[in-house]
Amino acid sequence: MLVSGYFGQFGGRFVAETLVPALEELDRARQEILPSPSFQAELHELLRSYVGRPTPLTEAKRLARRIDPDGGAIAELLLKREDLCHTGAHKINNALGQLLLAKAMGKTRIIAETGAGQHGVATATAAALLGLPCEVYQGALDMERQAPNVARMRLLGARVVPVESGSRTLKDAMNEALRDWVTNVRTTYYCVGSAAGPHPYPTLVASLQRIIGDEARASCLDRGALPDAVVACVGGGSNAIGIFKAFEGDTSVSLYGVEAAGLGLDTDKHAATLSRGRVGVLHGAKTYVLCDDAGQVTEAHSVSAGLDYPGVGPEHARLRDTGRATYVSATDTEALDAAREVARAEGIVVALETAHAFAAIGPIARREAEARGRPARILVCLSGRGDKDLDTITAYGGGK
Amino acid sequence: MHRIDQRFVELRRAGRKALCVYLCVGDPSLEASGFLALEAIDAGADVLELGVPFSDPTADGPTLARAAQRAIAAGATLERVLEVASRVRARSEAPLVLFTYYNPVLVAGEAKVARLARGAGVDALLVVDLPPEEAGPLRGACASEGLGVVPLVSPTSHAARIEAIRRASTPLEGAPRAFVYSISMTGVTGANPSDLAAAARDAEGMRRAFDRPVLVGFGIDSGASAKLAAGEVSGGADGVVVGTALARRIEQAASGDEQRRAVRTFVSELRRALDEPA
Repeated sequence: MLVSGYFGQFGGRFVAETLVPALEELDRARQEILPSPSFQAELHELLRSYVGRPTPLTEAKRLARRIDPDGGAIAELLLKREDLCHTGAHKINNALGQLLLAKAMGKTRIIAETGAGQHGVATATAAALLGLPCEVYQGALDMERQAPNVARMRLLGARVVPVESGSRTLKDAMNEALRDWVTNVRTTYYCVGSAAGPHPYPTLVASLQRIIGDEARASCLDRGALPDAVVACVGGGSNAIGIFKAFEGDTSVSLYGVEAAGLGLDTDKHAATLSRGRVGVLHGAKTYVLCDDAGQVTEAHSVSAGLDYPGVGPEHARLRDTGRATYVSATDTEALDAAREVARAEGIVVALETAHAFAAIGPIARREAEARGRPARILVCLSGRGDKDLDTITAYGGGK
Repeated sequence: MHRIDQRFVELRRAGRKALCVYLCVGDPSLEASGFLALEAIDAGADVLELGVPFSDPTADGPTLARAAQRAIAAGATLERVLEVASRVRARSEAPLVLFTYYNPVLVAGEAKVARLARGAGVDALLVVDLPPEEAGPLRGACASEGLGVVPLVSPTSHAARIEAIRRASTPLEGAPRAFVYSISMTGVTGANPSDLAAAARDAEGMRRAFDRPVLVGFGIDSGASAKLAAGEVSGGADGVVVGTALARRIEQAASGDEQRRAVRTFVSELRRALDEPA
């Protein structure tokens, strides 16, 4: 295991000294409290009776034929339905686990950052359920484009703090959450939403999200076979690492992460950190980062607030460098088109984050089919539902 | 003896507290920062922290975050900050500490930064988001150029943590002892000061633990608070670091002349307060 919090050269703990003891305390709790039978029993009961796990695997036959009309590339297209979790995305798996941990650690106040608002909603939900006060930092731009989630967080009793600095998106929200934490570190638990940040967060979040992959793998085996390829969108990368983990040891299974190419990889308006970034340090971890020659972090761009981040979880950086996972990208318009396709073909409105994964299915399936000499079985992590994105999708023309 | 160590020995011998002044280099311009640095030294600063602005300064409050934004807009980069350092070095023997976040150092390359820093007359680096466990390669690169790496301790640093920091930051062969930066409170730069007298007492314990000079920083915004944070003449801290309060005065000054006057007036006030007999 990763005692030092490194995944190859990536990860680590690059934070102000004030936070080091808090991260050590959290790492102890992760190792001592999290695996204990009583904690696991409480978490799993909540995941069952409150979140609605296990989530189903849906076969998407109509979508498969629309992407691959002659059936030469896709044998089977399976969707892991995290959109059916309470609050509408996989984020609740992590938030609930971390807040139970916070409570066990005796913390009395919760803070979180959010981009699309799904992690903010999940944290506000878990905080309401566990009776903990909660403040969520969100970039002012993201508050505008994800207004329904702002209203949900407020209804759930959370205080949403607008962040006006920088690009007014996820990166700046995380900066502000870190400033809050360094100030109130003794009483406050910082619930990080992605498999990013300083050690132990990437490991902690991955361990809480791997239930996605564990369930999906068991469902696939129940149907008779492992998938040939697993596909998930990657911003910070928590749904992707959650589903990848279970398949990492299955050498026959290809793993694909799909980043946001924004207006295109050759523009300066994208969030494709693994495709176009360089090794740097952002928000406490050494990983791939979008930054200039002077080391200044550049502003990412994606139509999807949840992918609009210039860093990425360090474990993905490792999976990229070892070649165990392949990272591709989809542009804003490809994602918007995919969201419409999925809605029309399957009756499912997916989040714009998730839509990036769908946009990449065609090329991935053709590549896998070619390599294997037969149509491929594709498993996609449907990480969240798209109600929050209706305004964006409709404005683009998806409601036509 | 290294220049920075020599300065602390002299101060101690004279029974004086060190005044370390932080400047965000490039705010308002690279050229002005050079003049302001010399103005601060002339008005009584013993040590200068030359700050490299960073796009995501998570340890800084709003005042220094704004200063960093202005400095980046004015074209400040790590290499340009070092050019300012060399201009200051040409006119002064004051110890210079390059203060930065880690990403600009990592992207430029640690060995290259250490080499350029030495060439610019810098004495030590302080990397605010690089805990000693992660600082091994940089410490090595700096030591081979005769530079120190300044460790930080915080109010959250428990006894075992302090010991870990001490061990991991023990000066390497060829590096100066420099100093230890003791953060006076949990928070970002420029927050309201907490118990500075307690911070001064903690610094005294820290000096015994580390056997290196200890400077107290964060929340020092006046002559009176500087004196409080420095503590007793015979004990307390070896000195104080002032950053935000100066950046605020630079921000509020209407012209270049006013900025220089503001720096002179404020640094003189801090100097007088620190030199006052108890």
